[in-house]
Amino acid sequence: MTSIAESARPVPTIELRPRQGPMKRLWRVARKKPIGAIAGAICIIFILIAIFASQLAPHAVDEQDFPRLQSPSFTFPMGTDNLFRDIFSRIIVGSRISLGVGFAAVFVGTVIGAVLGIVAGYLGGWADLIIGRLLDVMLGFPPLVFLIFFLSIFNNAGGYSLKSFLLISVAIGVIIAPTTARIVRGAVLSIRNLQYIEAAHSIGNSTPRIMMRHVLPNVVAPIIVIASIQIGNAILAEAALSFLGLGIANANHPSWGALLQDTRAFWQQAWWTAFMPGLAISVAVLSFNLFGDALRDVLDPRLRQ
Amino acid sequence: MAPYVVKRVLFSLLVLGVISIIVFSAVRVIPGDVCHIVLQTPDVTAAQCKVINSELGIDQPVVTQYFKYMGGVLRGDFGKSLITKRDVFGEMQDRIPLTLELTLLSTALALVLAIPIGVISAIKQDSAWDYALRFMVIGWLSIPAFWLGTMLIVFPSTWWNYGPPVGYVNIWEDPFKNIQQLYLPAISLALALCASLARITRSSMLEVLRQDYIRTARAKGLGSNVVVIRHALRNAMIPVVTLFGLQVGVLFGGTVVLESIFSLPGLGGLTLAAVRSKDYSQVQGLVLLFATVLVFLNLLVDLSYAWIDPRIRYS
Repeated sequence: MTSIAESARPVPTIELRPRQGPMKRLWRVARKKPIGAIAGAICIIFILIAIFASQLAPHAVDEQDFPRLQSPSFTFPMGTDNLFRDIFSRIIVGSRISLGVGFAAVFVGTVIGAVLGIVAGYLGGWADLIIGRLLDVMLGFPPLVFLIFFLSIFNNAGGYSLKSFLLISVAIGVIIAPTTARIVRGAVLSIRNLQYIEAAHSIGNSTPRIMMRHVLPNVVAPIIVIASIQIGNAILAEAALSFLGLGIANANHPSWGALLQDTRAFWQQAWWTAFMPGLAISVAVLSFNLFGDALRDVLDPRLRQ
Repeated sequence: MAPYVVKRVLFSLLVLGVISIIVFSAVRVIPGDVCHIVLQTPDVTAAQCKVINSELGIDQPVVTQYFKYMGGVLRGDFGKSLITKRDVFGEMQDRIPLTLELTLLSTALALVLAIPIGVISAIKQDSAWDYALRFMVIGWLSIPAFWLGTMLIVFPSTWWNYGPPVGYVNIWEDPFKNIQQLYLPAISLALALCASLARITRSSMLEVLRQDYIRTARAKGLGSNVVVIRHALRNAMIPVVTLFGLQVGVLFGGTVVLESIFSLPGLGGLTLAAVRSKDYSQVQGLVLLFATVLVFLNLLVDLSYAWIDPRIRYS
């Protein structure tokens, strides 16, 4: 008879590489995805510019004592506009609204989308059917037409205010939520029949608790990836709204889309008034898109299609 | 397949019904009184308001109003504009051809470019070609259509003094002038659509090229063009078609901005003008029209799966 002591063999130990520090791991990922890393760095620069905009801008947005419609030069890297203002400073300050609304909208859209996706995917049945049709309804509106319609009704006053900011962010959030919901639902379907969910259920956890504590943490990777991919779209949507004059920008609180619209009468005469704001939008969106793509490859390669 | 089609059609009608309720009730919560909008002035007497409200039927219960309105819509009667008093559907009818032509042109342009780009990128995976094309395409995704449109107006005019002919003519009157007016906005609209279609074509092709039947086709000695086009491309089309259905909405939104930049009298420009003048009966008609086309297109997309891929059987 073998005693317990005899049968208990020493547990084989695996020689593990010492766990790398976060900086080292980040560096390793950056080496593998150089374009994504550069794009990520540019994204961080854009965010810092938005935060410290008033300190970074060489001139105040309302300072009007420069030559009118000057082409780009060393003194005015992006030229001046028809109202004697420095376009470079206005673009720096404009990043606030453009990125601020973009991030807020993605936050709203991700929360709505994640909740709908988890509920639909985990509960299935009727909940799935109803949420699925709800998403069909949302997708039945052309996004920009929905935004114009929604804002013309609910943001009647418009202008630079917290209320307008929230309404625009919610409107853009509603538009991006269906995509998030579909992807999260798919991710939930792939884990919902796994053993640990069954185990959590069998020891008596309530359904909301399982969704919060067991389902959500396991679909965080796709949620982060889709959110980062949608930042670019949200910035584009805000820019289109500002361009149409439905954003929250005003003369002293510029945004990129509004800067483009404001100089409309002078485009032909001074190309930089049209070129520079759009360049800012494109560079920002491109960096967020490339960063989101790289993040997807690293965190969740299954989402590739 | 028949039960599936019936079910799918019913769902689409249900979705349209919900959309119409949302649009209808959203318009009822407009801040401010309708009579201010109709009379275009803030000082209106209660008596005047009463007359206008009964003319428009706003004094009736909302549910009655809804059914009356929808009854009209089904017969092609979308009511009258609050401001110009013109027939809402008539206004739209005049502008449909332009917007339709613009969206069709950009769709054609996007597809003609996107599919070869996606296919080349996929069959030369991880080559310099692939990287260059992918980078170009993700760049296209980042360019706002309204900025591209602006640049296509500004630079040709600064450098060569070139501009599209002014004063819109429809395609039956003068096809050559019409195309000259539409190709710049069509390019601006097509670029982003092309980019997303090229991306999905690439990933879908990569998926299909790994399948056994592709290896079989190659093994039995078929030339690689035949394999790629006849065996792989067709099977790779389902995600492309699905994405296309979803992106048509973006195209419609794009027409709003581009028609405004290029001063074209289409549905998008009408939407913007109606929203700006708070002409809500016109806005309501336009949103319903756009939504109906979108829902219907996505229904067609769903039903096309079985035709694209005969292995799919609906149950």
